[in-house]
Amino acid sequence: MSTAIQSISLSGKKKQVSNKEMTFLERLYLVAIVKGLLITIKHFFRKKATIHYPEQVRTFSPVYRGRHMLKRDEQGRENCTACGLCALSCPAEAITMKAAERKKGEEHLYREEKYAEIYEINMLRCIFCGLCEEACPKDAIYLTISKELVPAQYDREDFIFGKDKLVMPLEMAIKNTQLKNAN
Amino acid sequence: MDSAFIIEKSVVIVTVFAITMIMAMYSTWAERKVAAFLQDRVGPNRAGWGGLLQPLADGMKLFAKEEFEPNTPNKFLFFVGPAIAMSTALMTSAVIPWGDQLEIFGRTVELQATDVDVALLYIFGVVSVGVYGIMIGGWASNNKFSLMGAVRAASQMVSYEVAMGLSMIALLMMTGTLSLKEISEQQAGMNWNVFYQPVGFLIFLICAFAETNRTPFDLAECESELIGGYHTEYSSMKMGFYLFAEYANMFISSAILAILYFGGYNYPGMQWMIDNVGVNTANLLGIGVLFIKICFFIFFYMWVRWTIPRFRYDQLMNLGWKILIPLSIVNIVITGICILAFK
Repeated sequence: MSTAIQSISLSGKKKQVSNKEMTFLERLYLVAIVKGLLITIKHFFRKKATIHYPEQVRTFSPVYRGRHMLKRDEQGRENCTACGLCALSCPAEAITMKAAERKKGEEHLYREEKYAEIYEINMLRCIFCGLCEEACPKDAIYLTISKELVPAQYDREDFIFGKDKLVMPLEMAIKNTQLKNAN
Repeated sequence: MDSAFIIEKSVVIVTVFAITMIMAMYSTWAERKVAAFLQDRVGPNRAGWGGLLQPLADGMKLFAKEEFEPNTPNKFLFFVGPAIAMSTALMTSAVIPWGDQLEIFGRTVELQATDVDVALLYIFGVVSVGVYGIMIGGWASNNKFSLMGAVRAASQMVSYEVAMGLSMIALLMMTGTLSLKEISEQQAGMNWNVFYQPVGFLIFLICAFAETNRTPFDLAECESELIGGYHTEYSSMKMGFYLFAEYANMFISSAILAILYFGGYNYPGMQWMIDNVGVNTANLLGIGVLFIKICFFIFFYMWVRWTIPRFRYDQLMNLGWKILIPLSIVNIVITGICILAFK
């Protein structure tokens, strides 16, 4: 078959442009206007794309990187050992921490002998690249678990998130364990 | 003239005034809702149920805004502009017959502020004064964008008033009266003028769009070129007056369209209703029918706004002078021939 190259349309949307004079009926534009009105009225009855934000929240994709979360293990102990690799890998230098030694009787709180006494992320600096998550050797920091955005605040200080906001809530850890045991 | 007559008329006038204001107010809400729906959005829905308190919130916001005044030598004209726009928009509602008549306490109450026998001429006169509000405001703003908007508004008004008047003449030849009341009465039943004057209706409709400065003829304010056009320098309630006047104009011109071409308060079976159910019920239903027609036209204004893009200035002038005016003259000739042939 020898179709001319000009007439091939791979997408099927190719349209030949022509500069022919418009007929009288076309020059009146009335037909075109009625067609346009029909198109817009169709949209009037269409389902709306709006998500009513505070009441409805858009579901995040499973890999969405939102607010960080410091994980706990199955027994509810914090994973983080304050090794500092996340801070080192952070391109925005958003993470600071202070290590402390686990005392006797704190074994139920921290998984290993060393833990982070202070762990702070400056959410204004953070670019949510996820490099901290990749660097972490202890499976401690995750951006994909919380499924939350960092909310707006009035003061810069409020954007520095400490352990009180970052560590996974105990109830969530308990629930995870229960789910795991159930399976 | 007894005191009851004065009371009756003042009640009618106040009611008409209030209804015009409320309709204009809720047209702003409807505009935003319709715009949103045509664009697959939901529009204002926070203030009140479905955003119904939105116009109040808007009004309160406008009152709270700073009253900015440009450094202009025409301080007085700067104030007069919005006032003229607003008062002319409201003045036209005086001659519109909202319904036939009601019988209250044995009195026959005409549902019209005044039945002038030159109502149509009166409306034309007042509407043409309306452009002075825009022109004075634009001129007094001492701003090039405003002046451009004002100049465009004026030339557009002049061009389209001619075609509108000519399309009107064809209708007058048919009806033989200038009184809106009589024109409404002539269309009793389904005897609507639009069936006899389709071309005249189309011309009138297009000109009504141009006269109210609505898209696709909103060259006077086109945001994308002239910032806000004639009201660029206005703020606070003066700005609110201009915007409000536009919506009041839209309401009035919808009412005129409904009365001139779509039978006004008439609906099929009205005579039967008067005979069997009662004058008051039948005529109250007539008011409702008129408002349904008006609301449809207001919706149509908005529908067209989100469908057709704005005309270029030369296209506007071409359409007005080279197409609509010859067309309306042809329409007059054909109407004349038909009247001679069939009556």
